[in-house]
Amino acid sequence: MLELKNVSFLVSDTENDKEIIRDVSFEVPDGELIAITGPNGGGKSTLARLIAGIEKPTEGRILYDGEDITSMSITDRAKKGIGFAFQQPVRFKGIQVFDLIRLASGKNISMADACNYLSEVGLCARDYIDREVNSSLSGGELKRIEIATLLAKKSRLSVFDEPEAGIDLWSFKNLINVFQSMRENIKDSSILIISHQERILEIADEIIVLKDGQLSTKGRRDEVLPHILGTASAVPECKKVGVRGGDAKC
Amino acid sequence: MLKLDEIQKRLLKEVADLHKVPEGAYNIRSNGKSAARESTENIEIVPREDGQGLTVKIKAGTRNESVHIPVVMTESGLKETVYNDFYVGEGSDVVIVAGCGIDNCGAQDSEHDGIHRFYVGKGAKVRYVEKHYGSGEGRGKRILNPETEVYLEEGSTMEMEMVQIKGVDDTERSTKAELKEGSKLVVRERLMTHGEQRAISTYDVELNGDGSSADVVSRSVARDVSYQKFDAKLIGNAACSGHTECDSIIMDKGRILAVPGLEANNVDAALVHEAAIGKIAGDQIIKLMTLGLAEAEAEEQIINGFLK
Ligand SMILES: Nc1ncnc2c1ncn2[C@@H]1O[C@H](COP(=O)(O)OP(=O)(O)O)[C@@H](O)[C@H]1O
Ligand SMILES: [Mg+2]
Repeated sequence: MLELKNVSFLVSDTENDKEIIRDVSFEVPDGELIAITGPNGGGKSTLARLIAGIEKPTEGRILYDGEDITSMSITDRAKKGIGFAFQQPVRFKGIQVFDLIRLASGKNISMADACNYLSEVGLCARDYIDREVNSSLSGGELKRIEIATLLAKKSRLSVFDEPEAGIDLWSFKNLINVFQSMRENIKDSSILIISHQERILEIADEIIVLKDGQLSTKGRRDEVLPHILGTASAVPECKKVGVRGGDAKC
Repeated sequence: MLKLDEIQKRLLKEVADLHKVPEGAYNIRSNGKSAARESTENIEIVPREDGQGLTVKIKAGTRNESVHIPVVMTESGLKETVYNDFYVGEGSDVVIVAGCGIDNCGAQDSEHDGIHRFYVGKGAKVRYVEKHYGSGEGRGKRILNPETEVYLEEGSTMEMEMVQIKGVDDTERSTKAELKEGSKLVVRERLMTHGEQRAISTYDVELNGDGSSADVVSRSVARDVSYQKFDAKLIGNAACSGHTECDSIIMDKGRILAVPGLEANNVDAALVHEAAIGKIAGDQIIKLMTLGLAEAEAEEQIINGFLK
C-alpha cells in the first residue's frame, strides 16, 4: 500500500541545517496495522506529515500502490485514499461538527449517518453535531471529533497521530474497537498509528521505533514489544493519562 | 406576485427571503415607489406625505407578528433617501425585516439611503433583520448608506442582524442607539467585501440606564483590494455592560481598520472591546485539504463557516 524509500527531511533555519527525518525506509502492507512509537521529538509527527503531503521530503521517495506520490499535493493524496488525524486538531470558527464530517465523507451524508460516527467515538451525537469546531470544545472532545471525521472519510490508509492523547472520559477499549472495526469495514485498509500506549501497540501487526529521526527498531509486534515494554515508548495507560471507562453518556 | 419582473423577484428573495407576498404587514418599495402595501389590525403602515418613506405603528402588546419592508432597485442612476420610523408599542414582540437589493446594469450609480428610526416601548422586543445585496454587470456602482437610530425604553430589547455578503460597492453605515434602564441591544453584523468595494460601519451606543447592556459583534471578510472600517463606540453613563467585537479575515490585498472606542463615565460601567484581524490560518486550509478539498474550496468553506 505505502512505501517510504530512503526518506529524509531537512530543515534549514538561520545558520544550521537540521535533519529531522534521516533515511527512513519502511512499508505498510495492505490490511496491516502499523504502530510507530519512540521518544518525543523523534520525528513521528513529521513522518506523518510527510505521508499526508503537508511536508515534502528533501530526499527519497514515497510510493502509494506503486505510484510515486512524492510530489503529489495534499488534496490529491487525500482523494487517493490517505487520511490523517492530526496530533493537534485544528479549530474553526463557525464550521460545525456536522460540516466537518460531511466534508470528510466527500458526499451529502445524512445527519443520522454523521451522528453514527460521533457515537462510535463515544460522543453523544445530539450534543455535538451542531457544535462549532471552535475553542469551546475541549482538547479531548476535539480529538474524538478528529477521529470521527477520519471514520467518515473511509480512507484506505488512515494515519492517526497520538489518537489517545487527551481522551479522558472514554475507555481505551472503545478506541481500540474503533481501529478494529475500521480494519474490518474498509476492505484491505491499512492503519498507521503513532502512539506510546501499550494497549495500542498490542493490537499492531508491526511496530516501528523512531528515534532522532531514524528507524531504531522495526519488526513484528511479538518481537519488538518485549524489548520496549517499560520504556517511554510503551507506557501502560494509567501512567500516562487519567482514563475513566464508559461509553457515551447522553 | 404584484407587478415585479424576474430580477426584482430575485432581489426580493435575496434580501428578504420572500418568494411571495409576506404574511403580516408589509410594504414593498420598487424603483422609488411603493409596489404593494398591507397593514394589519395591530400594525399600521402609513406612507409619508412626500412618498419618501413610512411610519410604522405597532400597537402595544402585539406579539409574534412581523413587518416586511424590502426595497428593490433595478433602474440605473436612481438615487433615493427614504425615512422610515417605527413606533413599537409597549410589551410587544415583533420581527422587522428590512433589506435592500440593487441590480445595476447601467453606467450610472444607483443609491439607496435608508434612514430608520426605532422607538421601542417599555418591555418590547424587536428582532430586526437587514440584508443588503447587489448584482448586475453595469459600470454604475451600487451604493447603500443606511442610517439607523434606536431608542430603547426601560426593559426593552433590540436584536439586529445585518448582513452584506455580495455585490454592494459602497456602504457607509451609521448606527446610533440610546439605552434606558434594563434595556438591551444585540448587534450581529456580517460583511464580505470584494473587488474594489468599500464598507464603513460606525456605531455610537450610549448606555444611559442602570442594567442596560450592548453587545455589538462584527464578523467580516475583506477580499481583493476592498476596504473596511469598523468603528464601534460604546459610552457607559450608568451601571451597565458593553461588549464590542470585530473579528475579521483579510485576503488578497484587502484592508481593514478596526477602531475601538470605549468611554466609561460611571464607575460601574463595564466595557470590553475585542478585535482580531488576520488571514485564514494555514493549518485550517491544510486540514480541509487532507479531507480532499482543493485549496480554493477549503478557503470557501472556511469563509462560509465564518460568516454563517
Ligand atoms: N518545520 C520544522 N522546522 C523546524 N523544526 C521542526 C520542523 N518540524 C519539526 N521540527 C522539529 O523536529 C523534531 C521532531 O518533531 P516531531 O516530528 O513533532 O516529533 P514527535 O512527533 O516524534 O514528537 C522536533 O525537535 C521539532 O521541533
Ligand atoms: Mg508528535
